[in-house]
Amino acid sequence: MSRCSAIMYPASDRTCARPSRLADRTSSWHFQLMALILFWAAPARAEALVADLTNHLIAITTGFTGASVVLFGAIDGPGDVAVVVRGPDREMAVRRKSRIAGIWVNSQEVIFANVPSFYFVAASRPLEEIVSPATAAFYRLGVTNLEMKPEGMTPPQVAEEFITALVRTQQRARLFPNSVSKVSFIGERLFRTTIEFPSNVPTGTYLVQVFLVRAKDVVGGQTTPLVVSKVGIDADVFGFAGRQPAVYGAIAVVIAMVAGWLASLPFRSA
Amino acid sequence: MDIYLPIAEVSIDVFILLGLGGAVGFLTGVFGVGGGFLLTPLLIFIGIPPTVAVASSANQLVGASVSGVLVHWRRGNVDFKMGYVLLVGGLAGSVFGVWIFTLLKQLGQIELAISLCYVVLLGTLGSLMMVESIYTQLRLHRPGVRRRKLHQHNWMHGLPLKARFRRSKLYISALLPIGLGFVVGVFSAILGIGGGFIMVPAMIYMLGMPTAVVPGTSLLQIIFVAANVTLLQAYTNRTVDAVLALVLLVGGVIGARIGSRFGTRLRGDQLRLLLALLVLAVAAKLAFDLTVRPSDPYSIAWEKT
Repeated sequence: MSRCSAIMYPASDRTCARPSRLADRTSSWHFQLMALILFWAAPARAEALVADLTNHLIAITTGFTGASVVLFGAIDGPGDVAVVVRGPDREMAVRRKSRIAGIWVNSQEVIFANVPSFYFVAASRPLEEIVSPATAAFYRLGVTNLEMKPEGMTPPQVAEEFITALVRTQQRARLFPNSVSKVSFIGERLFRTTIEFPSNVPTGTYLVQVFLVRAKDVVGGQTTPLVVSKVGIDADVFGFAGRQPAVYGAIAVVIAMVAGWLASLPFRSA
Repeated sequence: MDIYLPIAEVSIDVFILLGLGGAVGFLTGVFGVGGGFLLTPLLIFIGIPPTVAVASSANQLVGASVSGVLVHWRRGNVDFKMGYVLLVGGLAGSVFGVWIFTLLKQLGQIELAISLCYVVLLGTLGSLMMVESIYTQLRLHRPGVRRRKLHQHNWMHGLPLKARFRRSKLYISALLPIGLGFVVGVFSAILGIGGGFIMVPAMIYMLGMPTAVVPGTSLLQIIFVAANVTLLQAYTNRTVDAVLALVLLVGGVIGARIGSRFGTRLRGDQLRLLLALLVLAVAAKLAFDLTVRPSDPYSIAWEKT
């Protein structure tokens, strides 16, 4: 009740069905006062913004060729919106080839402990116009603010080169964005953006963060989970191969042997 | 029609895979070699991760060699005793090979190792076959050349643990086939091949086995070595894609039928020359890829947690 009134239309009981029923039962001025207090308090509260996804599950099936999910929502007054989508963090090795005795060999390796397996960023205006560099760094807004730290002793210059290569490779795989996507407004309060997932999207639980930005600072936000999962027979095979590797291997061998035996049958009858 | 391969984690047109299996099966039918040495590089060319390509080829090989052995067994061309002795070495070799594979994968050098092994093996073998077939082509036009001795005596016949192999008409040290099996087992694990193209010449020229029993016996031990590699790869590296292997097998069976009909129309020495050219072409392509400057010297790999 408070949520509905605070975000959408603070003082109206026509568009909010539940508060109006409540108001009929109790006293109308009581509700209106409460709504007013909530409205004034709104900029400091997370409920200054609501957002949702058209789909909370991306199912990877046999014919999966990628997916797009629409994020939509509303804010309680003027402001800008920034959206960040992060796949689960994983450990990544970045290797550099160099020429040794005429052939190209992986000669240098840097390990990064917390690389998002997928990253997407969108904003209603260019990021540098709506947030200060410190805020952008704190909320990991933009691929340059991902805070990926190399493990062990790596000189900063070398780390910088490897991070640039990592981002470039992930961009080529369409797992990192080449640019900041557009959050478009419909009127002053309703917004939407489209998140594109390529066919090679990693599985796991993703976090979708939506930020309300005013005066170069984040004043509200909401986090929604998004699950990317393999479903159907492929998921069963993959899961089984991971849980019971020995049994999976044995079954793979038996299937191949039976197939081979079947293949030899017409030779016998000939 | 795309098919999603659950372990390789890529979608590939099923007809490309069937065609690939068919082409390799065709070669098996024409030349009588396993064709695994071509299958793995081709799978890598079409975008299957090299580690998955190697492990799944081994899986496919189990099926291909079972059907091959059954055909040879019916004709009585399998030396079971020799097969089992080779197998002792082969199993030890494949355990060692999978261990090396895992180590190289952790070091980030597995792809280089796979390519380098192929270039060296295919290059050497292709050149030898080329020289041999050109030599026979020339000799055909000069009648009355002296016959070779059945086999020469050398240091290999002084080794201990002598055993009699009745079907192969041999009395040699068991260490020889064990050693040969070991070497082939190592390559089988690292390269996802049956090793027929190393095993067959070695059986003929090194052990001195009669040519007729060579393919069947070689295939017999390949079944077990490939099965062992498949199990170990599935358990250690989780890189066996059974769906991929099965699709390749289906294509392979069809290809082998067409190939064996085609093969009977060509002369043996012409076949060997063609095979030599093919092997050299694959080696040259892989060698070229190693020396050409990569479009991006950096590469990434997720660490398994």
